[in-house]
Amino acid sequence: MTTAPVKSNVPDRAGLKAWLSSDAPTSRGHARAVQFYMGWMKLYENKLAFLGFLIILSLVLMAIFAPLLATTEPNAQDLAKRLTAPGVDGHLLGTDELGRDIWSRLVYGSRITLLIVGIVAFTAPVFGLLIGTVAGYLGGWVDQALMRLVDIFLAFPKLILALAFVAALGAGIESAIIAISLTAWPPYARIARAETLTIRNADYISAVRLQGAGVMHIIIGHVWPLCLSSIIVRVTLDMAGIILTAAGLGFLGLGAQPPEPEWGAMISAGRKFILDHWWVAAMPGMAIFIVSLGFNLLGDGLRDILDPKKSQS
Amino acid sequence: MSDTLLSVEDLWVRFPTRSGTVDAVRGISFSVGRERVGIVGESGSGKSMTGRSILRLIRSPGQMEAKSIKFNGENLLDYSERQMRKIRGHQISMVMQDPKFSLNPVHTVGKQICEALRLHTKSSRREARQGALEMLEAVQIRNPERVFNSYPHELSGGMGQRVMIAMMLITDPKLLIADEPTSALDVTVQMKVLAIMDKLVQERGMGLIFISHDLNLVSSFCDRIIIMYAGRIVETCKASELHNATHPYTRGLLNALPRIEEPKGRLEALQRQDSWKQEVSVDARV
Amino acid sequence: MPGSDSAVMERKPWVAEATKDARLEIKDLNVYFGEGPDRFQAVKNVSVKVQQGGSFGIVGESGSGKSTVLRAVCGLVESWDGEIDIDGAPVSHKRDKVFARKIQMVFQDPYASLHPRHTVDRVLSEPLKLHGFDDIDGRVLRALDDVGLGADFRFRYPHQLSGGQRQRVAVARALMLEPEILLLDEPTSALDVSVQAEILNLFADLRKEHNLTYVMVTHDLAVVAHMCDEIAVMQHGEVVEVMDVEAMRSSTPETAYTQELLKASMGYDAEFFGDS
Repeated sequence: MTTAPVKSNVPDRAGLKAWLSSDAPTSRGHARAVQFYMGWMKLYENKLAFLGFLIILSLVLMAIFAPLLATTEPNAQDLAKRLTAPGVDGHLLGTDELGRDIWSRLVYGSRITLLIVGIVAFTAPVFGLLIGTVAGYLGGWVDQALMRLVDIFLAFPKLILALAFVAALGAGIESAIIAISLTAWPPYARIARAETLTIRNADYISAVRLQGAGVMHIIIGHVWPLCLSSIIVRVTLDMAGIILTAAGLGFLGLGAQPPEPEWGAMISAGRKFILDHWWVAAMPGMAIFIVSLGFNLLGDGLRDILDPKKSQS
Repeated sequence: MSDTLLSVEDLWVRFPTRSGTVDAVRGISFSVGRERVGIVGESGSGKSMTGRSILRLIRSPGQMEAKSIKFNGENLLDYSERQMRKIRGHQISMVMQDPKFSLNPVHTVGKQICEALRLHTKSSRREARQGALEMLEAVQIRNPERVFNSYPHELSGGMGQRVMIAMMLITDPKLLIADEPTSALDVTVQMKVLAIMDKLVQERGMGLIFISHDLNLVSSFCDRIIIMYAGRIVETCKASELHNATHPYTRGLLNALPRIEEPKGRLEALQRQDSWKQEVSVDARV
Repeated sequence: MPGSDSAVMERKPWVAEATKDARLEIKDLNVYFGEGPDRFQAVKNVSVKVQQGGSFGIVGESGSGKSTVLRAVCGLVESWDGEIDIDGAPVSHKRDKVFARKIQMVFQDPYASLHPRHTVDRVLSEPLKLHGFDDIDGRVLRALDDVGLGADFRFRYPHQLSGGQRQRVAVARALMLEPEILLLDEPTSALDVSVQAEILNLFADLRKEHNLTYVMVTHDLAVVAHMCDEIAVMQHGEVVEVMDVEAMRSSTPETAYTQELLKASMGYDAEFFGDS
């Protein structure tokens, strides 16, 4: 069985598969590609997780190709056609109280959802990971101090704390993102600390200590990679909650401001007509439901895929 | 032979994996009488799977298959799951490597031993307690009352393993399967536990299947040895005649062992041959 | 007990003998764990001396403190007092990078001593990068070759290796910084006998090639008899006896505990253990 070390020398389909599932990778890149391929195969085999992955993928594609998918401008008003029922006059999901096409608004709204999710997903877990691993690895008074800080943040109800931050920072999508990030990191710190406590006395950590490596080198290079999988799982499972919090802030009028097509704000606007014109609130509600479900399915699947204990058995 | 307790014919254990079926045990046949039979092999040789499959304890997705597993003349393969439950622990008991995983951490030792007894005999609470205390004494626990009331985590490794043996033998089984029962223990403790097990098995006229990776230990403890490699039996012999073993694998294992009495400059590394995996399994029935 | 007092004294090299070639000397080492009322002394007044190029064995059962001695020597345990000398110079509690190039350690369980998410290449090149070595590629390949693994293994992850192969990687890692002393903490007890033979042979070869000094901790007397010239027996945190390998082979140890250990490692003997 030949292996192709250089990527440009791409072998045929069967050869590529063998290259990707090779037992003896020939370069760093190859080793990583094999790892990635194995993870991908596991995701592919887990039907529900793969469905979740497809939902998230379509959300991303929707955000990228919003101008192509939308039938009208998201903020274009047409008062003559206000509150048109779904399917009438080419309005796939109907129109709202100002005659704006709900489908187009949902498509553009996916950009806002993705922005919130993306920024929160990158800031909160990284900060929590840093705090948790440092606390867990160093122990002693550092651990005590950092964990009490975490306790203080955890003691507040999430939405209330976010509300307070938004009230202080002023309403708007940016404030909403910052507020959500600030309230989302403590659970990650908890998880990372718990993981670190099981890792810090492992022989491979002792071995790198014996080589004279510094504390941060060990934390980032050796502890982080092992905490990462449980953090990623937690992040995907939390995504649904983050979307809901963002929607909640939007619903309360503290998140995205009109006329931005944020899903939560759209539900908020639609609740006035919920009895006679259900679609105005129901459509963005459906969108939130589907995306939340997607993240939850993916997160559950990732738990199985990334859990090293499961892959060993 | 009329004295045969257990006779296994053509046993297979298979595990389906993504890259095809893996045969953990490949068509082995052996028998056990009222004697101590040692099954020796390295990790992955299928020795533990063999022990488990006698009790039909292979977990899904693993599958077992055999022409027959005759215990006291009855084919265990014909038994329903319910009938098997009456065999397990009652007629055939099993002691595992680590007592920590086999004992329930939230119940006292005494309660678990009594339960084991009451499950199989219709004894009263008082009788069960009496029996448990006697059994604990039989495994040379000096203060059976105290151990009876203690929780598993309060016991040392050697003590835990004695408790396990007590629990497994209290139902008076005909056959005991011991899967690396002393590997987690210190050598001196190990010997004491083995001595206790040896004595009880002899007194009660039981059969013993002793599964271990330690050739030295098995050859000094058992009457007969079965040597497994890659799911097959490559050789079987009387323990006292192990030094005359002929199969290159057995010889290789013997030569790879460092020995205190006879110093060697280099140990002989085992040269594995692919042909060993193809050979027909040796019939170890007596 | 046979043997006069003077004969006993003669056979105790840790008492007072020429100190010239000691590569590693431990004097009155005490190690403590925990604080306050929970404080527990795991090692009590241990003194041993390891000759330059020698191979010293410490045997004992679990809880005897044998591994703790090694961990104190290499700096993984900091709560100790006494003196640890390397080449006649005492080492401090905090260790630096210079120390790392003198002493390295091989751990017991090869399944726990390699980082599960790091390739062999990363495991081996990391110490080199930390210490600013040049020719990293060349050194990694030579190290793999040294421990009998080919270049094929370079980019594999630990889960793609067998137990013996992992232990070879761990040995290679310990050798990357070209240390003079190698501490071996039960390096073969998690391995099958045939693999154990290969690893023990590897240690013998490396010792010759790199002029290494070994300190090996194990519960297996046969392994220690094979590998070491001098053997200390530990029980309950104390060294109960130091003997040379000949004394062990001829089964003439002094203490009853060592006798029992030796007997137990010879195999099961119903008469000896049956009526205890």
